[in-house]
Amino acid sequence: MAQITLIEAVTQALAYEMAHDDSVVVLGEDVGVNGGVFRATQGLQEKFGELRVLDTPLDETTIAGVTVGLAAQGMKPVAEAQFEGFIYPMMEQIACHAARLRNRTRGRITVPAVWRAPWGGGIRAPEHHSEANEHLFTNIPGLRVVMPSSPARAYGLLLAAIRDPDPVMFFEPKRIYRQYKEEVPDDGEALPLDVCFVLRDGTDVTIVTWGAQVKEALEAADELAADGISAEVIDVATLTPLDFDTIAESVQKTGRCVIVHEAPKTAGFGAEIAARIAEECLYDLLAPVERVTGFDTHIPLFRLEMKYLPSTERVVEAAKRTLAAS
Amino acid sequence: MSIAAKFEIEYLQYLDAEGKQVRDDLPAFANDLDHMVELYKLMMSTRVFDAKSVALQRTGKLGTYASCLGHEAAHVGIGSAMKPEDVFAPSYREYGAQLYRGVQPREVYMYWGGDERGNDYQKEPARHDFAWSVPIATQCLHAAGSALAFKIRNEKRVAVCTIGDGGSSKGDFYGAINIAGAQNLPLVAVIVNNQWAISVPRKIQSGAPTLAQKGIAAGLYCIQVDGNDIIAVRKAMGDALDRARNGEGGSVLELVTYRLSDHTTADDARRYRGEQEVKDAWAKEPMKRLRAWLVAKGVWDDAKEEAWKNECDEWMDNEVNAYLETKTQPVTAMFDYTFADVPADLAKQRDLALQLDKKAH
Ligand SMILES: Cc1ncc(C[n+]2csc(CCOP(=O)(O)OP(=O)(O)O)c2C)c(N)n1
Repeated sequence: MAQITLIEAVTQALAYEMAHDDSVVVLGEDVGVNGGVFRATQGLQEKFGELRVLDTPLDETTIAGVTVGLAAQGMKPVAEAQFEGFIYPMMEQIACHAARLRNRTRGRITVPAVWRAPWGGGIRAPEHHSEANEHLFTNIPGLRVVMPSSPARAYGLLLAAIRDPDPVMFFEPKRIYRQYKEEVPDDGEALPLDVCFVLRDGTDVTIVTWGAQVKEALEAADELAADGISAEVIDVATLTPLDFDTIAESVQKTGRCVIVHEAPKTAGFGAEIAARIAEECLYDLLAPVERVTGFDTHIPLFRLEMKYLPSTERVVEAAKRTLAAS
Repeated sequence: MSIAAKFEIEYLQYLDAEGKQVRDDLPAFANDLDHMVELYKLMMSTRVFDAKSVALQRTGKLGTYASCLGHEAAHVGIGSAMKPEDVFAPSYREYGAQLYRGVQPREVYMYWGGDERGNDYQKEPARHDFAWSVPIATQCLHAAGSALAFKIRNEKRVAVCTIGDGGSSKGDFYGAINIAGAQNLPLVAVIVNNQWAISVPRKIQSGAPTLAQKGIAAGLYCIQVDGNDIIAVRKAMGDALDRARNGEGGSVLELVTYRLSDHTTADDARRYRGEQEVKDAWAKEPMKRLRAWLVAKGVWDDAKEEAWKNECDEWMDNEVNAYLETKTQPVTAMFDYTFADVPADLAKQRDLALQLDKKAH
């Protein structure tokens, strides 16, 4: 079995589903001949034709709105926002229509669409190419916000997203698009949405994160282990609807929690998880909840970029602080 | 100097304000006088429906309502030209078209009365139409996406969207007609130019002499139509739908009409619009001219008018009663249509809402 990268897993999932379901259509800027600027749709147009892998006019609003129209007619569109930073013009269509049509029509019109976007920083990109803004979507009811953190989860979660009867934002952490390879059988097996993945068991502290930051979380857990500290690592994977039970269970066991994310701290999705812990697990806590996040600044250009992104070291320190507090 | 491109916009009208025929080449459907009487009757029902809606709002039985007074020819013309299998993506006042397609008056009352079930159109063919769109112009892209689905699946169906003169300023409208031109999609985009976008007059929306010509840039067929003349509307729509169905591409139609009412029941048009202008517009309104034409043809008279008016009143009274008798949805309905299945986390909030609701009763 071939070892593949995260981006290749995305392509593999798209190709699998397009081959097995005629209603799946890929659309976006440069997704056709060029195979997408990151090559996520490489080779798909040759295989499935110019209508099922459609190069659209250069207009994000058009892409998003046409996606709603396709989905409302029973197609399963997978739209690509070329970069997360260009998703803002799509938000009106996503928030006002995709996320609401089921509710507005009492289930008559539904929007089984997926919006894929290369997400986050760390690739030395220009302005507006490094946004981490998943929290803008987690506050929209009726929308799933999904972020894979490995090739296998990219494959399984993307299949699940396409098959899901509701709209899904599928944010691909581009920093780890090609970071490593892993065996991903092309068996069409989806992974479950709406559940967190516990990537590592531990008893002293829970590290909760998603997307690219899973890498730092796992590295931190290794370093902590070397110091005799046992960290549990949770990949949230589906941010909304949130599987808080898995997080709560872990925090009840460890009594400590560090939340790690790349997005700015204020009103980031970490705030939601911290608030839920305060509401539901306060008396299990042995130490205050720690957040290790990006700063409340625009993500800087690449000379400072790595200073913005939460580092393994910051995660280790935060975890140690929670242990020192109790 | 050589010329790279040149264009003209045709203006289509069959009946003038007095109901006199201004051209002899009537389309075939207009020679079917029974059909023309049907169209007139639906225009009348739409007007009665509209008056009831405004009255319901004034007595607190509806929320804000957007009236369609003066748009009857435009809207019924659009609806009557469409085939059942086509898809309609309206904005928020095209009741005449919707009624033609099977939306029931009680459903419209229900929507403006604060109940989402009003968008669950019980009757075909409206059941596969979009619910109205409040964010201006966004629905044009849903129609374009639907048209793309028809093209991909090789279905002989057409997607129709309607938009106001104000809405035609939005990029979404251009995005929709642009992709329709680029992909040769079966899209008919209809601008219902009623001269006003709330308080903003048509001339502030665009320096272009016609709004129809916006479609030229997208490579679509474009025409301006007297939107108060149902024969012209029905003919231009029919041609546009035929072209789209035959793979000859999309169209932009500008229907020139007038909003005789306030923008919505929350608006007071006297603040920005002169009395004389409205008076002049009433002289050109769509029902008077069709009635005059039908009377001249000997197929309509005062007695028929009276009888149909009574039937309409009765019909709408029934619909109003059906609406008023509709029970409020259970509190859980809020949760039940957020996702296909209620996610576990949301189910907890659903239980809470249920508890609170029980306590309140
Ligand atoms: C995106 C957006 N901006 C503003 C509004 C508020 N608004 C509602 S109707 C309207 C005017 C629309 O005018 P027009 O498109 O000419 O249509 P008409 O109501 O005259 O039929 C405005 C500004 C809105 N609904 N959506």
